[in-house]
Amino acid sequence: MPGKLKVKIVAGRHLPVMDRASDLTDAFVEVKFGNTTFKTDVYLKSLNPQWNSEWFKFEVDDEDLQDEPLQITVLDHDTYSANDAIGKVYIDIDPLLYSEAATVISGWFPIYDTIHGIRGEINVVVKVDLFNDLNRFRQSSCGVKFFCTTSIPKCYRAVIIHGFVEELVVNEDPEYQWIDRIRTPRASNEARQRLISLMSGELQRKIGLKVLEMRGNAVVGYLQCFDLEGESGLVVRAIGTACTLDKLSSPAAFLPACNSPSKEMKEIPFNEDPNPNTHSSGPSTPLKNQTYSFSPSKSYSRQSSSSDTDLSLTPKTGMGSGSAGKEGGPFKALLRQQTQSALEQREFPFFTLTAFPPGFLVHVGGVVSARSVKLLDRIHNPDEPETRDAWWAEIRQEIKSHAKALGCHAVVGYSESTSICEEVCILSASGTAAVLNPRFLQDGTVEGCLEQRLEENLPAGCGFCHIPYDELNMPFPAHLTYCYNCRKQKVPDVLFTTIDLPTDATVIGKGCLIQARLCRLKKKAQAEANATAISNLLPFMEYEVHTQLMNKLKLKGMNALFGLRIQITVGENMLMGLASATGVYLAALPTPGGIQIAGKTPNDGSYEQHISHMQKKINDTIAKNKELYEITPPEISEEIIGSPIPEPRQRSRLLRSQSESSDEVTELDLSHGKKDAFVLEIDDTDAMEDVHSLLTDVPPPSGFYSCNTEIMPGINNWTSEIQMFTSVRVIRLSSLNLTNQALNKNFNDLCENLLKSLYFKLRSMIPCCLCHVNFTVSLPEDELIQVTVTAVAITFDKNQALQTTKIHVEKSLQRASTDNEELLQFPLELCSDSLPSHPFPPAKEHLESASSNSGIPAAQRAVTVEKASPMGEGNFRNRSAPPCANSTVGVVKMTPLSFIPGAKITKYLGIINMFFIRETTSLREEGGVSGFLHAFIAEVFAMVRAHVAALGGNAVVSYIMKQCVFMENPNKNQAQCLINVSGDAVVFVRESELEVVSTQQPTANCQPSCTGGEVTT
Amino acid sequence: MTSELDIFVGNTTLIDEDVYRLWLDGYSVSDAVALRVRSGILEQTGATAAVLQSDTMDHYRTFHMLERLLHAPPKLLHQLIFQIPPSRQALLIERYYAFDEAFVREVLGKKLSKGTKKDLDDISTKTGITLKSCRRQFDNFKRVFKVVEEMRGSLVDNIQQHFLLSDRLARDYAAIVFFANNRFETGKKKLQYLSFGDFAFCAELMIQNWTLGAVDSQVDDMDMDLDKEFLQDLKELKVLVADKDLLDLHKSLVCTALRGKLGVFSEMEANFKNLSRGLVNVAAKLTHNKDVRDLFVDLVEKFVEPCRSDHWPLSDVRLFLNQYSASVHSLDGFRHQALWDRYMGTLHGCLLRLYHD
Repeated sequence: MPGKLKVKIVAGRHLPVMDRASDLTDAFVEVKFGNTTFKTDVYLKSLNPQWNSEWFKFEVDDEDLQDEPLQITVLDHDTYSANDAIGKVYIDIDPLLYSEAATVISGWFPIYDTIHGIRGEINVVVKVDLFNDLNRFRQSSCGVKFFCTTSIPKCYRAVIIHGFVEELVVNEDPEYQWIDRIRTPRASNEARQRLISLMSGELQRKIGLKVLEMRGNAVVGYLQCFDLEGESGLVVRAIGTACTLDKLSSPAAFLPACNSPSKEMKEIPFNEDPNPNTHSSGPSTPLKNQTYSFSPSKSYSRQSSSSDTDLSLTPKTGMGSGSAGKEGGPFKALLRQQTQSALEQREFPFFTLTAFPPGFLVHVGGVVSARSVKLLDRIHNPDEPETRDAWWAEIRQEIKSHAKALGCHAVVGYSESTSICEEVCILSASGTAAVLNPRFLQDGTVEGCLEQRLEENLPAGCGFCHIPYDELNMPFPAHLTYCYNCRKQKVPDVLFTTIDLPTDATVIGKGCLIQARLCRLKKKAQAEANATAISNLLPFMEYEVHTQLMNKLKLKGMNALFGLRIQITVGENMLMGLASATGVYLAALPTPGGIQIAGKTPNDGSYEQHISHMQKKINDTIAKNKELYEITPPEISEEIIGSPIPEPRQRSRLLRSQSESSDEVTELDLSHGKKDAFVLEIDDTDAMEDVHSLLTDVPPPSGFYSCNTEIMPGINNWTSEIQMFTSVRVIRLSSLNLTNQALNKNFNDLCENLLKSLYFKLRSMIPCCLCHVNFTVSLPEDELIQVTVTAVAITFDKNQALQTTKIHVEKSLQRASTDNEELLQFPLELCSDSLPSHPFPPAKEHLESASSNSGIPAAQRAVTVEKASPMGEGNFRNRSAPPCANSTVGVVKMTPLSFIPGAKITKYLGIINMFFIRETTSLREEGGVSGFLHAFIAEVFAMVRAHVAALGGNAVVSYIMKQCVFMENPNKNQAQCLINVSGDAVVFVRESELEVVSTQQPTANCQPSCTGGEVTT
Repeated sequence: MTSELDIFVGNTTLIDEDVYRLWLDGYSVSDAVALRVRSGILEQTGATAAVLQSDTMDHYRTFHMLERLLHAPPKLLHQLIFQIPPSRQALLIERYYAFDEAFVREVLGKKLSKGTKKDLDDISTKTGITLKSCRRQFDNFKRVFKVVEEMRGSLVDNIQQHFLLSDRLARDYAAIVFFANNRFETGKKKLQYLSFGDFAFCAELMIQNWTLGAVDSQVDDMDMDLDKEFLQDLKELKVLVADKDLLDLHKSLVCTALRGKLGVFSEMEANFKNLSRGLVNVAAKLTHNKDVRDLFVDLVEKFVEPCRSDHWPLSDVRLFLNQYSASVHSLDGFRHQALWDRYMGTLHGCLLRLYHD
């Protein structure tokens, strides 16, 4: 009996009226965990019941604690008929199971009903008493910490990064069970929510076990996804990176003392034995996938080509391996051996991290990806999900061999995804091939000397660009040059990666979001024929997406892509490809050549003219972009490049010519007769369209930047204002004579208009940057395209020095003006500490007032409400109106980033992983599809915030909306939506307050409650 | 290509003040878009009309969802669905409960019933305020009225507590509730020159001095109902005009004190008896509900208009009223000094406020 779960139901508020006669409600609560249920008394005739229940105690196994959610149901008591359910709250108690996280869950939770949405709130207190369990064969993995964050969490240090962990569980989807025909939609939705909650608990526990087996104590970059396979079942799968983390003892002594010594004990053993577990490498299964590996250069190599199930071709594996040491000298060889030995013990040397401790990433090879088209069949035995496991194993094997071909032993920034339409499923995996420093991968016995040599050999800021593969035996044609930074090693001319920009990378200018968008029509077909059709289309899509990316990159005058994510979505009659990445100019890489246009019929005079006109337009755009993104690489004196660097190993035939245009180095071109990708041939209208579409991408308005990585390269003076948002758009295509061009245009317009809308909506935040812009495309029906975007807008300061003085002045002014209210406001300030106290830059306020005086008619009676920026979470202290002073809802920030600008994360409270279903049978009454989804997303945000607040946190970092499946049937006035979100609940403290508190109470053990933990009352 | 669904949801709810105002003013989405286009926003931001349309729709949807909460402002503070900074919450509430001068003048003193609601069409046509906005304002009045009626304690405090309005706006609502409760006539043609501010000023004085709350702060509706006993007692003042000696004495006292100080002395002297009779008769009549309703009509008819027709400057009106009220204390035969002060103190302030063109 390793755990006791204690639950107390305190009160409810804002309950709906359940009894029409009295306009009141007789509410009571059922608390259920596993198979045990407790009930509170009925609180008669109130919309704000005060139950103040006793402590309900559940004695449970820790295995159950991990799997089961706590289920709280609020009901209306009815003497004569069945009690009506008002709604439910599911609480994941996992955060209470490991030390250092939350100790209690306490707060107001929205009561949620899948048909009516949020109906009031309930105040609940949950505690867990854990007992030490010495059973070695236990099935639980309490104590393993989970993080969604894809980097080492801010207040931890990575002792060892063990590597890849994965797991999947399958079950029947309740929506497709026979019983669904006779039960209500509510019952069906709740069965589904509960099942998925159970399955994710089980999955997390199983992954935790694997981590313990590897002697780790945490999973970083944990990504859990659902595949709704319809008739064939429900798959919940997760990947992550097992690590051994050490809590950093903050010099400011800011963190609360650990909760209990006994809990702490549990962790120590994992740190003591650092020998990584030896996994025998799995047998290489015959590869049946369609796979492509993106090389950093312009072409890609097709490793194998086969359709889904019947054909198979064995790929050429190990193409690039075995070449270690030829070029890199003895050091490289040593390094490679070290890494190799560390990594080859692992079945899959993959890492879901996208940012790394300094020195971890040695070289980056390029993007590797693999896709496979599968036909779904019913999962017959949920306990042995072998088929699905085998599918993923194949793909991972494929990725591994691609990485090898690039001379790399590891894959970083690794992720997996699926796209399902009817019974066809595309499985995709991608990552960045890399060479890693072994010192984090195992116990560092050789670490000392190696580390030193590493630092000598790798100049900061360019090391990761240096090619890991052998230049004489390259896996793909590329143009190599000497690194523009250190001039010692070779670098490719372009670099594509799925990771974040390494912090030490030298970047010139700012970066920007680059997207490639593509649609392909496909004939409707059934089963095998459909799968084959998709398989045949995929390579073309990949190729075109890649070409588009490359062209757009050139057009921006940049030479590297980070955070590349290519999503291929399958629909009934089309395939969609959307690639997003952040383009930057890496100082170490050569200046990109321009784009040349070549016509096919050189004799036609007017045609020539047209071509030259286009060429001019392109050249102008490149010049304009360079200016816009401040790309002004230092003038490289021709001599340095032209004259060979006096180095014995240098082979003269590899010298570059002086010209920058990339098609001139011929010695290296291994692909015989291959046309340069940057020469666009305009031979038909299609190509013409392509060129046009290149030029139609409008840059964001001035003051705006956007990227899909964590932060924008080239901006570092962030201010504290952030706004996370989700935007969804669905368009209906006119089904008449759809062509690929029309489709492409529609899709392109959809994405561009969406971005334009975002810029417009967030204009009051200028100057600001949209970070971590994450587009998801789905094809819910024949003629519908749905695009979902989640991102965060962060303000930054153009002139930081000026700003700080102004803040100072304004702050002192505020202080003076609120002096007499000080006493009264003190407790308020405590609970509002999470609010940014920064006043808004004066310039912005001018802008604001200008816009609000813009001739809007009908003068209202003067209302004196002080002006505040529409975004402002600040301005709290200089607010004058007293009525709202009793506000008790604490602010919870949400961000897809792993950090909060201007603040320090002091504690990770646990993972938030929530799944909601909302359904309506009165779509019109709820404001149509837009009204329905708008309300639902707002409710999801509210529930996430409430859970975080109840854990004592004031923010969610690494927030991600993994799924937003929307289905409608306007004829029946119905709609349904499923949303899955996750993130890390944290406590953060403003940097400015950190100083104040640490000077005021240097010895005190400041609990998080004084920094925003006490968010509810 | 048609947009089926188009939404934007921020973790912090975005509130655009301009769009909020358009929404409050009752414009449809397309009208609002047209007005925004006219304001030059497209040129300022480089946005397209489609973007503006989408943005406006989005804001309207948000406001529509918020409206339910705005009906009970404390709910807005405690709800969890929309994360809105306190300053923005205050703005939302304040603007939602703000009203148009033209509108409030039309319904001030009217019963806040379904019947009046039916007249909103006409009011809308007359004032040029959209019907939607009229409805919101009317419903606000009614809602506040319903909540605070039969409640103990200060009217302004009650309104502030239940609707979280600023002090200024809460006072305005107190006036509206007070007028609606007592059904003062404000719509007559001769009262058209008066602003809502004038009435609100009078209402505040009357609440302070003439209601139950002025003598006892522990009764229901204390600030809404006039003190019946007081109104009954006002009959006693009649002696001031009924008793000829008293009236003459009063006149001579006032005239002596004001001789040489008043620009319109002779007019005052000639009119004194009429004016005094008017003011005292107004008091004596307040026992009847009908006459209470006509209070402002009577004041304007019996005092403001005669003075205005003789072109009294405001300073002279002030001097006269000061002296007129004060002199009563020197009337030995008059025993209702306290009653007189309670009546005249308030009337004095009201008349000065009402006296303008």
